Amino acid sequence: MSPSDPIKLTRKDFASDQDVRWCPGCGDYAILATVQRTLPELTQEKEKTVFISGIGCSSRFPYYMNTYGFHSIHGRAPTFATGLKLANPELDIWVISGDGDGFSIGGNHMLHVLRRNVNLQILLFNNRIYGLTKGQYSPTSLVGLRTPSSPFGSVDRPVLPASVALGAGARFVARSVDTAAKHLGPMLKEAHAFRGTAFLEIMQNCPVFADGTWLHATDRATAAETQLMLEHGKPMIFGKEKNMGLRLRPKKLELEIVKLGENGVTEDDLLVHDETNQAMAFLLAAMEPPTFPIALGVLYRAPAPAYDDAVISQIEATIEKQGAGDMDTLLNSGHTWTVE
Amino acid sequence: MQTSTSPTAPVREELDAVVIRFAGDSGDGMQLTGSQFTHSTALMGNDLATFPDYPAEIRAPAGTTYGVSGFQVHFASHDIMTPGDEPDVLVAMNPAALKTNLADLKRGGLIIVNTGAFTDGNLKKAGYTTNPLDDDTLAPYRELRLDISKHTLAAVEDFELGTKEALRSKNMWTLGLVLWLFGRDMQPTIEWLGQKFAKKPEIRDSNIAALKAGNAYGETAEMPSGIGVYQVPKADLGAGTYRNITGNEALAWGLTAASQLSDLRLVLGSYPITPASTVLHALAKLKRFGVTTFQAEDEIAACCAAIGASWGGAIGVTTTSGPGVALKTEAIGLAIILELPLIVVDIQRGGPSTGLPTKTEQSDLLQAMYGRNGDSPLAIVAAATPGDCFFMAIEAVRLSLKYMTPVMLLTDGYLANGAEPWRIPKMADLPKLEAKFADPDNIPEDYHPYLRNPETLARIWAKPGMPGLEHRIGGLEKHFDSGNISYDPDNHHKMTKTRAAKIAGIAKDIPAQACDSGEAGDTLAVVGWGSTYGSIAQAVRRARSKGKKVAHIHIRHLSPFPANLGELLGSFDKVIVPEMNNGMLVKILRSDFLIDAQGVNKIAGQPFKVAEIEAAIEQHLG
Repeated sequence: MSPSDPIKLTRKDFASDQDVRWCPGCGDYAILATVQRTLPELTQEKEKTVFISGIGCSSRFPYYMNTYGFHSIHGRAPTFATGLKLANPELDIWVISGDGDGFSIGGNHMLHVLRRNVNLQILLFNNRIYGLTKGQYSPTSLVGLRTPSSPFGSVDRPVLPASVALGAGARFVARSVDTAAKHLGPMLKEAHAFRGTAFLEIMQNCPVFADGTWLHATDRATAAETQLMLEHGKPMIFGKEKNMGLRLRPKKLELEIVKLGENGVTEDDLLVHDETNQAMAFLLAAMEPPTFPIALGVLYRAPAPAYDDAVISQIEATIEKQGAGDMDTLLNSGHTWTVE
Repeated sequence: MQTSTSPTAPVREELDAVVIRFAGDSGDGMQLTGSQFTHSTALMGNDLATFPDYPAEIRAPAGTTYGVSGFQVHFASHDIMTPGDEPDVLVAMNPAALKTNLADLKRGGLIIVNTGAFTDGNLKKAGYTTNPLDDDTLAPYRELRLDISKHTLAAVEDFELGTKEALRSKNMWTLGLVLWLFGRDMQPTIEWLGQKFAKKPEIRDSNIAALKAGNAYGETAEMPSGIGVYQVPKADLGAGTYRNITGNEALAWGLTAASQLSDLRLVLGSYPITPASTVLHALAKLKRFGVTTFQAEDEIAACCAAIGASWGGAIGVTTTSGPGVALKTEAIGLAIILELPLIVVDIQRGGPSTGLPTKTEQSDLLQAMYGRNGDSPLAIVAAATPGDCFFMAIEAVRLSLKYMTPVMLLTDGYLANGAEPWRIPKMADLPKLEAKFADPDNIPEDYHPYLRNPETLARIWAKPGMPGLEHRIGGLEKHFDSGNISYDPDNHHKMTKTRAAKIAGIAKDIPAQACDSGEAGDTLAVVGWGSTYGSIAQAVRRARSKGKKVAHIHIRHLSPFPANLGELLGSFDKVIVPEMNNGMLVKILRSDFLIDAQGVNKIAGQPFKVAEIEAAIEQHLG
């Protein structure tokens, strides 16, 4: 939508009449606010907007949106979304999932929705904990985390959602932060604009069971040093002084941090972000403080035919070629015989 | 008849009914041989029923007993309902086929045996220590010993195929011979080969040559004494146009017909599983009907996608077998609380667990009825014959759309793969199915997603995309009056009762239970459901022809039952319930109607023989 178009719907139009029941201080409030604020800029057809979730704290999200909403069963949101999209490709579908919902019980569906490239957006609220079941470690929790189900520290190695998404064949992978409205809003728009599955990981804080789990990456006081804001076609630079950069370590396929002006390093030595480069996206996805800054923004964007488009066009092409089906003809096809 | 114009036209002995079983290695093409024979037989106007029986392994080691594949066809000049108890004719292509099938052959029956396959190696693989052709193993039967392998090699000599390739045609040689024995026309098979191998003319021609050679062998060779040639006159089927149909074909077409009758898109979510996969295959071909098939990553995804599609205003269908239903269970429960249409087709097979994937059983009834968490009733219908799968698919969709509920459609492996001649219905004769959606131009003042039709108790169906009807649904309990989440104790009680009443109310909308044969007040009722229809019907008719006061009641609507079922069952002195499980319907009938129904159970992965039901009738009538 161009800026000159009149915007009729407002944030209020997208808020349902239900009381929001997340814990005070939950990062989900911030995400909800940004989504409600952004949607009027994306659509004037509220009735075509659908939120589908699984189970977990984040999955209560659809109840708070005054759109069509579907609170399904644990881990399965992508499958309901795929079926709905096949029934009505006109719908604009947002899948809301969490780290447990999307990468533990629903890991299989996440893999397949991403590889199929169904035209929808997935918002992954990653708080690295099971909140609704009261604080067990999740598939993204770090080794050593003490929780009721890991009183001596978790020994499970964590999964990196963005890396897995890339490995599954996702064509759009981005990352943002719950409370960074100015970054999250534009990321929602980028995700929405992508035709295919747009995977947006949102680092979200759970103040009750995993407070500060992302603080090393999101603390505003140190964010300039711990965050790399990705921009396509721009050299990868970060730091308060804008003097830190990323480059490939000579003779190795790995990243290193260099300081501009030190040892003769100039901007020309730095890696330039290329959204269409999957190998680079894998390297960026794996970065985490304190060793590296965390990469925020669009890690990877490489459009490919969307699944639902392919399904519909195959049906349409078949009807065009064979003609619309006639049931009586079908029933009488092949060998038949008549009894007088 | 083709043979009537033959210069050596033999005098054919007229038979009423014949059962032939083709048995060979799973690589021998017995399923093709059987289905081609069936096809020719249908065109002759016989009534027929078939029973393919094949191993779970795609290619079990050649020559072993567990690699034996069989296809039984029963055809007659009168109406028949089962593939037959005992074969009159057994075609055994190798020692393993002889070993696993001989015990079933009727005493005095005809055995056609391929002596060429009775090598030391094959005998050993079949577990024979001595050659059964050399002792008196075959003495109780009439034998036709032929070196089919050698005859086939001779027949296709001109095509210069390798021996292995040439021997592949031995099923066609055999088919040619059997077609001749029973006076069937070769032409349909020749046409079929022409189509199947249109792009491989050498294979096409060598198979046709083998077929003709087998047929010519019958005509010209001197048959041993006792081997006659036969004909089975046309059956007196009702007027109409017929085709052969398997249960899975009928099911796929029934679902498509339901889509046409309701003007709703059919969306199938499915994951490959025996014996349901052929429904997915059949529907995947029907894109010109707007049918959308989604081969999901697993059974759960398949069911959930169907539910998502239903919410979007399509007919969401998922097809599977018992283990798949187990996986879909949570999603089916969701569809129950969401009150959305959903068709779950369970093509039952032997269980528990992976069980007997290629064998038939009726052991998912309790799973269908009760196998979910919470009080979670749904509607259940069951098809009785392969052709009935068409009509029950339409019935399942009708109930699902009208009552906004999941409907489980039960068939089984025997119906799925078995074929029967089917009088083709005309679409114009089938009632339209009505889907009532909410109207965005006429939104009720008190609109909420759980607003109900007071008569059916079905909730309003508003599709995403309809302006002004935005709503949220989900797996949490909803308030009766607002559709919002509610943990209120009284409300949960009320909603549970409402969901149950909705399903129970369907009883008013289905036909009253009638007796298939016999009548209320007879001494004994034989109550069946699903694929046992044919065996029970035939057994009861035979018993009645002997003057026994016995009736056959076949239940197609299992949840809810027809409103008069309890009263009807109560009119008999005794009730027996034959089932291919360890007693499921019988348990429900006993608990629902407090009657002393007795089970007759067969859990062998095989359908009931008519004689087995007859024996049970005898036993219970005393």
